[in-house]
Amino acid sequence: MPELKKIKLVLEDGTVFEGKSFGYHKSVAGEVVFNTAMTGYPESLTDPSYEGQILVSTYPLIGNYGVPKDDKENGIPKFYESDRVHISGLIISDYSFEYSHWNAKNSLREWLIQNQVPGIFDIDTRALTKILREKGSMLGKIEVEGESIEFHDPNQDNLVAKVSVKEKVTYGNGKNKVVLVDTGAKNNILRCLLKRDTTVIRVPWNYDFTQEEYDGIMLSNGPGDPQMCKETIGNIQKAMEIGKPIFGICLGNQLLGIASGAKTFKLKYGHRAHNHPVIKAGTDTCYITSQNHGFAIDSESLSSDWEPLFYNINDKTNEGIKHKTKPFFSTQFHPEASSGPTDTEFLFDQFIELIEKHR
Amino acid sequence: MKKDVKKVVVLGSGALKIGEAGEFDYSGSQALKALKEEGVKTVLINPNIATVQTSEKIADKIYFLPVTPDFVEEVIKKENPDGILLAFGGQTALNCGIQLFEQGILEKYNVEVLGTPIQAIIDTEDREIFANKLGEIDVKTPVSIAVTSIDDAVKAAGEIGYPIIVRAAYTLGGMGSGFCSNKEELISRAENAFSYSNQILVEESLKGWKEVEYEVVRDAYNNCITVCNMENFDPLGIHTGESIVVAPSQTLSNTEYHKLRELAIKIIRHVGIVGECNVQYALDPNSEDYRVIEVNARLSRSSALASKATGYPLAFVAAKLGLGYGLHHLTNSVTKSTPAFFEPALDYIVCKIPRWDLNKFTGVSKQIGSSMKSVGEIMAIGRTFEEAIQKGLRMVGQGMHGFVANQPLKNKNINEELAEPTDQRIFAISEALQADYTVEEIHDLTKIDKWFLEKLKNISDHKKVLESHNSLEALPNEDLRAAKKMGYSDFQLARLVLKAASEEMEEELLKVRQHRKAQGVVPIVKQIDTMAGEFPAQINYLYLTYSGSEHDIDYEKDGQSVIVLGSGAYRIGSSVEFDWCSVNALNTVNEQKYRSVMINYNPETVSTDYDICDRLYFDELTLERVMDIIDLEIPKGVIVSVGGQIPNNLAMKLHRRDVPVLGTSPVDIDRAENRQKFSSLLDDIGVDQPRWSELTSIEDIFTFVDEVGFPVLVRPSYVLSGAAMNVVSNKDELEHFLRLAANVSKQFPVVVSEFIEQAKEIEVDAVAKDGELVAYAISEHIEFAGVHSGDATIVFPPQKLYVETIRRVKKIARQIAKGLNISGPFNMQLLAKDNDIKVIECNLRASRSFPFVSKVLKVNLIDIATRVMLGLPVEKPRKNLFDLDYVGIKAPQFSFARLQKADPVLGVDMSSTGEVGCIGENYYDAVLQSMLAVGYRIPEKNILISSGPARSKLELLNSARMLKERGYNLFATSGTHKFFAENDVETTLLHWPDENKQPNAVDYIREKKIDLVINIPKNLTKNELRNGYQIRRDAIDFNIPLLTNARLASAFIYAFCKLDKKDISIKSWDEY
Repeated sequence: MPELKKIKLVLEDGTVFEGKSFGYHKSVAGEVVFNTAMTGYPESLTDPSYEGQILVSTYPLIGNYGVPKDDKENGIPKFYESDRVHISGLIISDYSFEYSHWNAKNSLREWLIQNQVPGIFDIDTRALTKILREKGSMLGKIEVEGESIEFHDPNQDNLVAKVSVKEKVTYGNGKNKVVLVDTGAKNNILRCLLKRDTTVIRVPWNYDFTQEEYDGIMLSNGPGDPQMCKETIGNIQKAMEIGKPIFGICLGNQLLGIASGAKTFKLKYGHRAHNHPVIKAGTDTCYITSQNHGFAIDSESLSSDWEPLFYNINDKTNEGIKHKTKPFFSTQFHPEASSGPTDTEFLFDQFIELIEKHR
Repeated sequence: MKKDVKKVVVLGSGALKIGEAGEFDYSGSQALKALKEEGVKTVLINPNIATVQTSEKIADKIYFLPVTPDFVEEVIKKENPDGILLAFGGQTALNCGIQLFEQGILEKYNVEVLGTPIQAIIDTEDREIFANKLGEIDVKTPVSIAVTSIDDAVKAAGEIGYPIIVRAAYTLGGMGSGFCSNKEELISRAENAFSYSNQILVEESLKGWKEVEYEVVRDAYNNCITVCNMENFDPLGIHTGESIVVAPSQTLSNTEYHKLRELAIKIIRHVGIVGECNVQYALDPNSEDYRVIEVNARLSRSSALASKATGYPLAFVAAKLGLGYGLHHLTNSVTKSTPAFFEPALDYIVCKIPRWDLNKFTGVSKQIGSSMKSVGEIMAIGRTFEEAIQKGLRMVGQGMHGFVANQPLKNKNINEELAEPTDQRIFAISEALQADYTVEEIHDLTKIDKWFLEKLKNISDHKKVLESHNSLEALPNEDLRAAKKMGYSDFQLARLVLKAASEEMEEELLKVRQHRKAQGVVPIVKQIDTMAGEFPAQINYLYLTYSGSEHDIDYEKDGQSVIVLGSGAYRIGSSVEFDWCSVNALNTVNEQKYRSVMINYNPETVSTDYDICDRLYFDELTLERVMDIIDLEIPKGVIVSVGGQIPNNLAMKLHRRDVPVLGTSPVDIDRAENRQKFSSLLDDIGVDQPRWSELTSIEDIFTFVDEVGFPVLVRPSYVLSGAAMNVVSNKDELEHFLRLAANVSKQFPVVVSEFIEQAKEIEVDAVAKDGELVAYAISEHIEFAGVHSGDATIVFPPQKLYVETIRRVKKIARQIAKGLNISGPFNMQLLAKDNDIKVIECNLRASRSFPFVSKVLKVNLIDIATRVMLGLPVEKPRKNLFDLDYVGIKAPQFSFARLQKADPVLGVDMSSTGEVGCIGENYYDAVLQSMLAVGYRIPEKNILISSGPARSKLELLNSARMLKERGYNLFATSGTHKFFAENDVETTLLHWPDENKQPNAVDYIREKKIDLVINIPKNLTKNELRNGYQIRRDAIDFNIPLLTNARLASAFIYAFCKLDKKDISIKSWDEY
């Protein structure tokens, strides 16, 4: 075991947790959020939705299976959700210095250092989680000795602009042309589309995609407050006029909601887990979903043309909406999973069916 | 939504046996609770009288009858239920259910199978149908060929290529299964497997693959969840019941985890399960390739473990789903605000470790493999793997203190032990690491994933750090904390840092305790809340860890907590009966409005169900951990007398730490435990006991034996190998035994006692208050003394004791209660010969027979005892054993079939794994019920008798006559044949196995021409042992009922000759 430096996490409310540094040894500030998933740290860490956030893993043993190779397939990393680590810092209880997996290339520690992301272990992540649960997600900073730093609220930044592609990229050569509006898209959305006979045109968050020739629009996930994406919302409104199928995920769901006239609000401490139950409105059909969001649509604010599609059974918040007559729908959870349960991947099939129907 | 069912039959699993143990008491109890909550009337059939589920208020009607189709049909006929639950009583209930269905009984009486449809069960039970079924949805199963003959098995193995695995269809926990690397091994394995099933499977071997399990739930709306996944530390090839298992999986990436999860859901949907099932996978350690190994369409050992590991009550939910509810209609019983449709998120790791008792058997192979031999298990919870496994290795209770700082293994070849695992494998890994084997080398030999081995290496590396210090003051706090986070106990620290010797240990480990408390190094209490802290939970399911800085709960410290110490891992001699005692003590504590606190770590129990008490600490029963909890709770007191020997052994230590022990004073407990002190007490009150002496040299032993005469009972305090205790009948045997089995010295004295032959053994289970006898039950053994009381067949109320004997036994109980100033439960064993009565044992705690006598007498002795211990007034029960107009019999269940090569013979050391207790109108009614309930069958036609010593020949003569009159064909080995002929009982002579003459006993057994084997061991001469052993072992291996005690054999024969099976009473408990 290497020599370990001391490092601490300071919360906005003054609470301090001292731990040991196992990543890149530097100070950072961000919003502290927790995730209760028990697997999938390489996927989570590269998920652009975590941009600006200091992630707490409630599962205590992390790093067990290392970090996978950076092989590429169809022009995107095969095992990562984006090209880099997006979290600002990682907080865990017990780090496995030695990893074991046939597909691993690096240790988590090496990977964090390469990506210049700090990591803290040996703190009571359950106690920390309970604070976040009681008081809500809050700002925090990781501080190393002799390098102080100010608190910083990433939700004030245009995080989407930070994580979106800078210019249009086209993937695949399938029958159905899908515009992927990249507000921080996870690669698995791309993979899920590409394996369904599509050509994916990935465009920057503020790109006027209505100029493109397309069969359907995929609104991706992404970080931060949806109100930051005014330009995207405007483009979605134009696309709604055009009327071709639209499928939104996570931030994409919120943007579609706002574009339709609904309101969003910030959840106390968000949903970040692999075990969130949702029920399809008006049915007895339930799914376990992967979630990662801090904002949600207020169901009450939906306009009369729209209706809820899914609810969260835990806290009854909205988990998806659909237009009553037009081929527009979206989910707050992640049907592309990665990481997390794959129960709702069929929604991509439904999206493709809509495209085929409306072509 | 909810089905219209008013009355439901629930099938239990019968006696505890290897592969089917306490987990089904937990599952069944949960199911009954769920039904009760829905207002459904419940009828439980389960002869296991020591279980919690067969207690008042849990089921509406309880039948202590065998779980076989004929008895169940009679109950159905009588009770007229509209539904039946088959998934909560293990393989026993499932097999019985399938037979009921196939015989058209369920249809005939219009009984609906609730939950998973019976066809789905049949589909998963028959491996060929199952493999085809999964093939339909492109799910991979191991290449497997079902065969019904040896020739076809050989052919199939040729097609697949060796090594292969052989499995018998429709068996419990892999019975008759095993790996074969060549044709010879295959033939012998297959012969054996065919004795259990007429279909066997020859399968590709996936040895070395990871073994991963998922617990999957589906409701009638097709909603599915996986509640938990688990990863075996031991790779495939070792039965999951024999493996160390962790939850959740540790070495699976997200894609592997969710690929297998997705498949599990696909499978449960395709099979059509409504309720719970378990899917076992083999996962290639070098790719994402997988095979589905097994699907159990019922609650299982793994599902009980998963329930305890996650806090998700699988059995309870499954029962509700059987009534038609959807998962989203039900509430998460932990948060009480979120639905049961979710998947628990853990923020800790659990580690299950099996408990073996192979030392209790002579001749048994110690190797572990694809069939199950363990008798119990523990679950340890921690926030590091190191913490969980070290806790766990202590919990198993085999004298180990964790992963390191143990006594070295004796005569072990490390390489061999790693490559061909026995029950000691984990300790071989420990020794290998300390002998500087690399992780790579150990991995090559064991195929255990390197992640686990690296973690174990952390423990062993830290041992070196600790050893480098020689005092607590010199030990840096950082190293102390790191040790505690890795699960090091104070004991290990005392041994490694203070270099403490065993005799001074108690004192030394308290020094460690004092030191670390002064440094603020104390464990933290965390909740198991199913949501990893995401939602607030009012749950009191707790564990302690050193990876934490803040307790999850606030302590009242109001002196209102009553801590009940549980029984730990099930083992031979301590099992579900102590769980019943613990649960009943908790019930009484609850009724009295004290805060009930349980400490136990056995996932197979009801006492570790978090809603049975106000606070459950799923943690160690070591002095250290119990004191940690006492420091937090500041309790009114601790109850040490309902959980068997483990808590009993803590009594004095707690007392020395000024902990209030409720009930009998630990000083008095010690007076009963200490042989010398107890002896002088008996002398004082004028009660007799067999002569005994504690001796330190061979000469002294012989001198003592000259005085008392043979036979004698020899009890070494340090056992080299073989049985710990033995009866020897002559000088040669004594020399032989002492030479082979025991070490005699000042440090390791041997206790030799006079052994009284032909004596009746009597049990007293009683409760006293301030030295006055309050309630008691006296029962008798059918066997003469010499058979361990746990292996004996016990009759209550006694049917064949003189009234005079009973009167005197009661008087002795009274004197002892007074002499030891008992306040609480106690148990005594006595010998009676003529009217001469001697005390052989006395324990100031509840005993194995407490639930049995309490239920037969219908006076809950534990409730009374707990009231006494709480200092409440108690009334003497108005009923005693003379008032009963029915008879209860407790019969042992053996698991020899699973213990290959073990000699299935009874002796002074206990070897049964479970028991039943049945109630009948009369003695024979009860004998017959109980014998059938432990798996005996009334023989059809042919009985083989080897009647052993002259005394048992005589004993069996009348029985033999009766059998002849009933038209049975008797076969006998030479001595018995001759003796019976002289007494005009005609038998067919069968030659002894080693005689090589026809007709031979062995052939008759192997060809299944015999329906019952009675083989009474004669003496310990080699020849006798070999021949007798062969017959007994073959009887077990070819699944023919075997009796080895003449008194029990007579009782059984009389019973089935005097009573027809159809005359057995079908009466529920409340009808007696």
